[in-house]
Amino acid sequence: MYAFEFDRPATVAEAVAALAAEDAQALAGGQTLIPTLKQRLASPSRLVSLSGIADMKGVSTKDGVLTIGGGTSHARVAAEAEAYPALAAMAGRIGDPAVRNRGTIGGSLANNDPAADYPAAALASGATIVTDRREIAADDYFQGLFTTALEEGELITAVRFPVPQAANYQKFEQPASRFALTGVFVAQTADGVRVAVTGASEDGVFRWKDAEAALSEDFSEGAVKDLTIAPDSMIADLHGSKQYRAHLVKTMTVRAVRAAS
Amino acid sequence: MPKDSGIGASPKRREDVRFLSGTGNYTDDINRPGQAYVHFLRSDVAHGRLNNVDTSAAAAMPGVVRIFTGADFEGVGGLPCGWQVTDRFGEPMQEPAHPVLAQGKVRHVGDPIAAVVAETPEQARDAAEAIEVDIEDLPAVVNMKAALADDATKVHDDLNSNLCYDWGFIEENRDAVDAAIKGAAHVTTLELVNQRMVANPMEPRVAVGEFDRGTGDYTLFTTSQNPHVIRLLMGAFVLGIPEHKLRVVAPDVGGGFGTKIFHYAEEAFCTFAAKAVNRPVKWTSSRSEAFMSDAHGRDHVTRIELALDKDNNFVAIRTNTLANMGAYLSTFAPSVPSYLHGTLMAGNYKTPNIYVNVRAVFTNTVPVDAYRGAGRPEATFQLERVIDKAARELNVDPIALRRQNFVTEFPYATPVAVEYDTGDYTATMDKLEEIADVAGFAERRKKSEQAGKLRGLGVNCYIEACGLAPSNLAGQLGARAGLYESATVRVNATGGLVVMTGSHSHGQGHETAFPQVVAEMIGLDESMVEVVHGDTATSPMGMGTYGSRSLAVGGSAIVRATEKIINKAKKIAAHLLEAAEADIELKDGAFSVAGTDKSVAWGDVTLAAYVPHNYPLDDIEPGLEETAFYDPANFTYPAGAYACEVEVDPETGKVTIERFSAADDFGNIVNPMIVSGQVHGGIGQGIGQALLEQCVYDDDGQLLSASYMDYAMPRADDVPFYSVDHSCGTPCTHNPLGVKGCGEAGAIGSPPAVVNAVIDALQSGGKAVDHIDMPMSPARVWAAMNA
Repeated sequence: MYAFEFDRPATVAEAVAALAAEDAQALAGGQTLIPTLKQRLASPSRLVSLSGIADMKGVSTKDGVLTIGGGTSHARVAAEAEAYPALAAMAGRIGDPAVRNRGTIGGSLANNDPAADYPAAALASGATIVTDRREIAADDYFQGLFTTALEEGELITAVRFPVPQAANYQKFEQPASRFALTGVFVAQTADGVRVAVTGASEDGVFRWKDAEAALSEDFSEGAVKDLTIAPDSMIADLHGSKQYRAHLVKTMTVRAVRAAS
Repeated sequence: MPKDSGIGASPKRREDVRFLSGTGNYTDDINRPGQAYVHFLRSDVAHGRLNNVDTSAAAAMPGVVRIFTGADFEGVGGLPCGWQVTDRFGEPMQEPAHPVLAQGKVRHVGDPIAAVVAETPEQARDAAEAIEVDIEDLPAVVNMKAALADDATKVHDDLNSNLCYDWGFIEENRDAVDAAIKGAAHVTTLELVNQRMVANPMEPRVAVGEFDRGTGDYTLFTTSQNPHVIRLLMGAFVLGIPEHKLRVVAPDVGGGFGTKIFHYAEEAFCTFAAKAVNRPVKWTSSRSEAFMSDAHGRDHVTRIELALDKDNNFVAIRTNTLANMGAYLSTFAPSVPSYLHGTLMAGNYKTPNIYVNVRAVFTNTVPVDAYRGAGRPEATFQLERVIDKAARELNVDPIALRRQNFVTEFPYATPVAVEYDTGDYTATMDKLEEIADVAGFAERRKKSEQAGKLRGLGVNCYIEACGLAPSNLAGQLGARAGLYESATVRVNATGGLVVMTGSHSHGQGHETAFPQVVAEMIGLDESMVEVVHGDTATSPMGMGTYGSRSLAVGGSAIVRATEKIINKAKKIAAHLLEAAEADIELKDGAFSVAGTDKSVAWGDVTLAAYVPHNYPLDDIEPGLEETAFYDPANFTYPAGAYACEVEVDPETGKVTIERFSAADDFGNIVNPMIVSGQVHGGIGQGIGQALLEQCVYDDDGQLLSASYMDYAMPRADDVPFYSVDHSCGTPCTHNPLGVKGCGEAGAIGSPPAVVNAVIDALQSGGKAVDHIDMPMSPARVWAAMNA
């Protein structure tokens, strides 16, 4: 990696101030950023570690809303998000133990990798992304591959998940990286069903509206088993064709509904 | 009753204590005083003309000691190829130059263009980024068929074409094979790909070169399976350093799988540069560099035909293979698709007519060379896949079809130039059916179907020729090296022994197994025997470890040297006991006079050898140290039968291996635990090839599977608990231990079993699928089911 300055502030305000420096970069769990730096594919002048900010860590539940601090590790969510078992289960299957102990929810959502798990959970749950300066609805937050509504220097301080009536996440793993080749998060709430898909689309995480409509009418496997999704905008790579991913979107949706109901 | 020491016992591996406790000594642990570091600037295009390499800005960067380019290696030898194949017209293969640093052209992504030596690795890398390279892109030659087209771009401008050789084996059999196929009752044809693999040893390659200005001696520390071979190749062919001025040390080596056999540019560079800059020079490969600079494996495209008579007896086999050599000829590359592949095409079966045609092709990809099994997995895969397909076409049981065609009488001379000394293929198949519980499969299939899964059983046999090799035969076949092995056994005054072997352990457990042999022969505790290897300064000239040869060839040299020790010790004992030498018996570490109670202990004899006060100095020299070189009379021929059971998820195409059983004939066994471990590891790699791993280039010659994000290595949860058995050993007839090789068997025998099982599963689900190329990823299996 190239040389950089390093900060480890103790508060959100200090972190935001430090990030105002030119070419400064926030460092959360580093599970994407550190390999990128080692490959010399990024050259920030200053890394601002968020790991020392106690206020950004923790899991709490109030009035049917689960709030996770932006700096909370996947392992901690897996262990502490009992109020939202589908989310805890999802967090417990991210990467491997090393990734889960270092990686954070804020880091994952800020990076918005098109095959990451958290974007599907946040979008399907209708989560609210809380930053140092505002609140952003998940529907407005995800804007394509590695692209989000975050502004330069804006930090995710917490994420609020309304706990659904029923939910499940089904991940079909890419054989090498074990990221989601296709992952589907289904959440049923009083307002209807939301289905979010990660890993499959060239446009990043997305909501499968046809399935949502059908499942909102009838939350059962039968409602989705004959649906299809167009393969046109799906990813094609070494690990699967567009058609295969389109097929997996349906198959994982069916499985998620089966597991949730 | 299992033994607790000596041959046949399973003492735990003594070397594991240091490997597992962080006290191993790997090449990267070696740091020499004043050491500088090299970073290689590698080509990011597959094929291009090097118009200019401007190092002026880079040379002014902090910490830079010196920058080298191809121009610095004009007049220096290129990397040599150790095997010359003669084509079917009697002409030698086309053999291109392979400069240490690229000269004129770059020929694959990763081809080194320049090398920066600097004070730190980071400074070397910084400066490498400042080198300005002007490359004129040329069309990349990636696909082998396209590479052979008349108008194809040439990888090497000075060669006639991209064809390395067109090899026929055995050319004289060609017409008879054609006729046999024409007259056959049934011919089964299969086209298949044996995909390109990256070996991925856990320890990446490392080299440290050092030059002693006072003595003029060079030392190279390197991650090698055969330090003497590197010393010979690099000294004699590349740098012009006589062997007595060059020491090559390969300390602990963390896995090789073939890819650390070869002599690489980085080794030659570090040795050369150490003198040029008068400082030790170190290179440590990153994992990314390993993907684009370690020799790859496999990469064959084959059409095989199996002809049968009306009674389902095999009458002929004909194969046509394209084999990828990559951009240059790696050290033993030409031998892999030719002699290590064609000679195994008979498999375990008595097929009277066999003809193998291989065209080896240059492409703009990383050079391809031996990878665990080397040629033999490719042969086994073709044969065992086509037999399964034939059984299906003929509606006969695939196990019965194999049994019917087994070679049953030994020795057996195949139509592809080798003679199997022993074997009992029926016995291993019987054992396999037992341990795999073939009889219970139908019931297990029923249970899987109830759970919505398709279950398949795949069986195959394998044979391999290993224990490389009789030197005279190898020489006739084009080897530019001998293939004996050496050992020096040094007995110290107080009775302890040091075995210095030319074999080299990079994970095989030699430090445990070799002492078992020596201790058994003398009747001592194994703790009295130490193994020293991996240093040309201490071991006699040896050929190293590959081709499952260390015990069969290296172990035999140790036996021969130990026999010499015992013979001399008996002379000393006879003198001490005032008896005739012929009456001296050695048992449990003591010499006695037959029929008497007179004896003398091992330690008394060894002490006498070094304190020769009462000693037959007129007859023998003092000291107790002997060297032996062993050149085998034949290959050894381990064989076995493997069974794999899979479940396929019909909704996603995902394959899960439920059971895997292996019945192997390795002849006599020295350490059953180590043998099981070798089989486990080999099967793991075979499953990796069957289901997960593939090295993929795009049409521009860019490496798509360039990291573990896209190159799928098998993980622990991808493999089942194995059931392995090696009780059906038929001892090798021509080495003193009666042993065969076990290192590659698992990787050779397992891929066809997995594919056969998946095809069986799909067929049981009513899918008319008769082949899927490896790796059988979920996407591929699903696509085949839904074609």
